[in-house]
Amino acid sequence: MSDAFATLSKAGTVLRRELASLLRTPSGWAIAAAVLFVDGLLFNAFAVGTGAKTSTKVLEDFYYFAAGTTMIASILLAMRTLAEERARGTMPLLLSAPASETAIVLGKYGASLIFLAGLVVATLYMPALIFVHGKVSLGHIAAGSLGLCLLGGTTLALGTLASALARSQLVAGVLGSAFVVILLLAWLLAKVSAPPLDSLLRHFALFETHFRPLQRGVLRLSDVVFFLSVAGLALGTAARVLAWQRAR
Amino acid sequence: MIRARALSKFYGEHAAVHDLGFEIAGGECVGFLGLNGAGKSTTLRMLAGVLEPSAGRLEIDTPDGRVAMDADADASSIALRRHIGYLPERPPLYDEMTPRAFLRYAAALRDVPAGEREQASEDALRRCGLLAVAEAPIGTLSHGFRQRVGIAQAIVHRPALLILDEPTQGLDPVQTAGMRELLRELRGRHTILLSTHILGEIEATCDRILLLHEGRLHAEGDEQTLVTRFADGGRLRFELRGDAESIGRCLQAVTGVREVRTMPADATAASVVVEVAADDDVRAAAVAALVGAGVDVLGLRRAQSGLEGVFLGLGGGGAA
Repeated sequence: MSDAFATLSKAGTVLRRELASLLRTPSGWAIAAAVLFVDGLLFNAFAVGTGAKTSTKVLEDFYYFAAGTTMIASILLAMRTLAEERARGTMPLLLSAPASETAIVLGKYGASLIFLAGLVVATLYMPALIFVHGKVSLGHIAAGSLGLCLLGGTTLALGTLASALARSQLVAGVLGSAFVVILLLAWLLAKVSAPPLDSLLRHFALFETHFRPLQRGVLRLSDVVFFLSVAGLALGTAARVLAWQRAR
Repeated sequence: MIRARALSKFYGEHAAVHDLGFEIAGGECVGFLGLNGAGKSTTLRMLAGVLEPSAGRLEIDTPDGRVAMDADADASSIALRRHIGYLPERPPLYDEMTPRAFLRYAAALRDVPAGEREQASEDALRRCGLLAVAEAPIGTLSHGFRQRVGIAQAIVHRPALLILDEPTQGLDPVQTAGMRELLRELRGRHTILLSTHILGEIEATCDRILLLHEGRLHAEGDEQTLVTRFADGGRLRFELRGDAESIGRCLQAVTGVREVRTMPADATAASVVVEVAADDDVRAAAVAALVGAGVDVLGLRRAQSGLEGVFLGLGGGGAA
């Protein structure tokens, strides 16, 4: 059995337990209910109910609000991943098993990502309403929803890194939020920075540079690569953190 | 056979475990004894793969051949971990799962082939006496059952080495008796390394003891060897009725008595408690001398149990 296959197989084992736990405990459902409730509320109050506007603008507004709730949900899901194992004393079970740190991190992350993707799918009825009653393209809906998954997945990865670093879920939540806020505010810093720093900061602007095009229905390979790169880097670092904690 | 060679763990300049080496024969049950901070849990965590040693080598003979992990070669301990079962001080349990589901998960985590997982988890449930609670959420189980689930996850993959860190901690006497029964059942099937503060546990269960002190292997051997070497086995405690001063003079005169110490007692006490340290067995001579001097001998016993003496010797730094 190759190392890569062994890692994926073990990640799958961890993923199945983690996903079952999310579906079996109240915390997963509470997060899902809160996201769907707030998304619905914002959709009614702001995206739809603020005077006459084009259906494309309504859809863009929906993705704008949904991006916020998706990021918050991602942090709430991610902060529990590894910090919770530590808090309830189950980390030795994982660390004493013949599983690599990468498998543990991928399994934990994968379960949260599937749950988050389920949440994005559950909000699709709102774009579907706009599609039925307005004039928007399916491509716009597909790009926007993919954008939510990419933005959420990247936030989830940053939160998982925070969860690997922190001893408690609360600290993991605060640290994960800090990582995301830094990337969200990078465009503001870019505005007050001189070249070449401004373009570098603009490149790291998670929302303004990379989510805005998807929100408008524009799918660019560079944005997808950016999200996947940041998520990959965060998860790779989380695995290194676990290995370092084993060795220190 | 399990071999640890020059195993060390450093935290900065501080050595939690230093140059530790020992061998455990297949099927042997070995107790880890030492004061708090002696390095017991650190050693167990290194053996279990939870913590990476700073230096040293660990080898386990398995049915598939010898598996080794060399810290100096920066090698991963994944291959080794397949052959080790580990119960940490706090059992690693998911409260929302049932024991049956949890053991299937543990079996999958520990590379039990998919087709054998159900059988492996049912075996572990049966051996640990968990069949009656197999479908109850772990969070609703008593402390004794939780500890059993912890052991079940450690044996579900039939490991060559079973590491148990304080398996009877927090159990009531009935649960402790049940756990001892389980440990006796496990002895024949696994090589067991057991760490506990409960000396009776080691006395009742282990073939051999590894005595750790300040991160180093202080001594090893069976209980009798350690007691003879480290404990002040000749210390006796008398309960007497008579004049404390004359009792002291009488006992000092007995051949072999090194030290006589009258234990503090309140003014209303009807008896005097005296502790005597001696090089030989002076019980008969001391009682004869006391009776001859008109002192009533109300009681006589050893001042410490065997391993307790070894422990106290370590605390005082007296043992060398």
